[in-house]
Amino acid sequence: MRVVKGMGFSRTVFFLTMGFLFLPLVVLIVYSFNSAKSMSWGGFSLVWYERLFLKERNVWNAFENSLIIAVSSAAVATCLGTLGAIGVNWYKFRFKKYVQAVAFLPLIMPEIIIGVSLLIFFAGIQMKLGLLTIFIAHTSFNLPFVFLMVLARLDEFDYSIIEASRDLGATERQTLLKVILPVSVPGIVSGFLTAVTLSLEDFVITFFVSGPGSTTLPLYVYSMIRFGVSPVINSLSVVLIAGTVLITILARNFLKYIAQK
Amino acid sequence: MAPMAVRSRPSRGPGRVRNYGPAYAGPAGIWLTVFFLAPLLVIVAYSFLEKGLYGGVEPRFSLEAYRSLFNSVFFRVSLNTLGISLATTVLAILIALPCGYYMARSNRKTFLLMLVIIPFWTNFLIRIYAWIAILGNNGFLNALLIRAGVVASPVQFLYNQVAVTVVLVYTYLPYAILPLYSTIEKFDFSLLEAARDLGCTRRGAIFRVLLPNIRAGIITAVLFVFIPTFGAYAVPLLVGGKESYMLGNFVAEELTRTRNWPLASAISMVITLVTTLGLWLMFRLQGKAPQAKDPARSGGERRAP
Repeated sequence: MRVVKGMGFSRTVFFLTMGFLFLPLVVLIVYSFNSAKSMSWGGFSLVWYERLFLKERNVWNAFENSLIIAVSSAAVATCLGTLGAIGVNWYKFRFKKYVQAVAFLPLIMPEIIIGVSLLIFFAGIQMKLGLLTIFIAHTSFNLPFVFLMVLARLDEFDYSIIEASRDLGATERQTLLKVILPVSVPGIVSGFLTAVTLSLEDFVITFFVSGPGSTTLPLYVYSMIRFGVSPVINSLSVVLIAGTVLITILARNFLKYIAQK
Repeated sequence: MAPMAVRSRPSRGPGRVRNYGPAYAGPAGIWLTVFFLAPLLVIVAYSFLEKGLYGGVEPRFSLEAYRSLFNSVFFRVSLNTLGISLATTVLAILIALPCGYYMARSNRKTFLLMLVIIPFWTNFLIRIYAWIAILGNNGFLNALLIRAGVVASPVQFLYNQVAVTVVLVYTYLPYAILPLYSTIEKFDFSLLEAARDLGCTRRGAIFRVLLPNIRAGIITAVLFVFIPTFGAYAVPLLVGGKESYMLGNFVAEELTRTRNWPLASAISMVITLVTTLGLWLMFRLQGKAPQAKDPARSGGERRAP
């Protein structure tokens, strides 16, 4: 690319912004190795990691809850969202506009509205708040993301592949399993991964629909923050950042592998 | 994309092909109707009912919840919420525009994109916590200032509107950078050169050629930042104080502490109305850009082989 004049300003802004975005992460990582409890440097130590892994049993319970919710809600959202996208993309039917609208609305609603309305709804039908209500809430906000990602993938394909499969005598079920699903795999996989991430990340909606004994990781971090700054959160953050980086790299390679196949 | 007529063929085609659309889309439609739309309708209904004695509602029509919105506390919190979310949106866009521009013109696009996305990978609450660790009274910044001898005792950075705005900008900045980057990336930069050749100043070219052409990206970025910040709850809860209380906190308070569910529902309606209004306003702005859209389209076509 040719050298562009007048990029000095935008370059400066960009690098300052990167500093702004990374400063908190760097501070967390550095201070997770601090032996002192305060923010003044007391020397290198792994004491907060030791405490995180050996003493904070509740963190791991919360982590387990988060994983259960994330995987189950992402799986259900992926099934419903994928089928919905296939239906909306390749067929014309009466409630098509309605399905599209109801799958778009959750994306533009502030989270607190979804959380508050679900809490009032669950109270109305007298459903006990717990892992099940969190699962339902997470499936609801994950579904539209999967729907859109699979839809975007299907849009790239021509309807003629379906026609071809029908002309060659395939039944609807065979067409679904042997033609539609294979072409939409990249969309389905990235939809599922996005859903898992969004679910692990969510605090606001979960906060409203959780009950006693159904603490997820973000809720647990929240209760820790309320008690004040604790270096254990620093070490937990670093473990989470490392885990996310690892999983993202694995997922990217997996997607590339699928694309090559 | 296949034209509509082709897509509709299964419903009109030979008898052996049935329309499986409803069978495919049904489960998703039903799920979202029951667990998204119905709850929304429930809070619309609750906002018009009478408050129950211990939370909940009495099934009698009442405008009491809306009437009780007309007081100075609610007005102050609403203005505060609007002020903070507008300030956050404007700041995020002002920062994101040059960033998106730089990224789009760089030849290491993928790398720069990764840089913007990586902070996204950190849990939302942990990012807020990191700011508490930096700005808190015993935080990193105060430790630094005291050691440098700038101040003698810790400065209170947290628990005010500025802290809330800074953390909100931090949280939603990538939501502004990404859509701006992707529209600027599609922009035909030779149009800028053409403008300069025709005697436009550099600033004129940016304001009269670049910005009108990336209007769609700016509108998306505004919505991506404004909608979540107007309904912000966690950030003002953790880094805000009394004066930076936002509508989201108000709803939660009425819901869990005061247990006035009609009022909580009515405030939720206000939040929904304002964000919908923002959405509508932005879509109208987008529709009103015919002269700005044409050059982009013809530019794109010319570039295509």
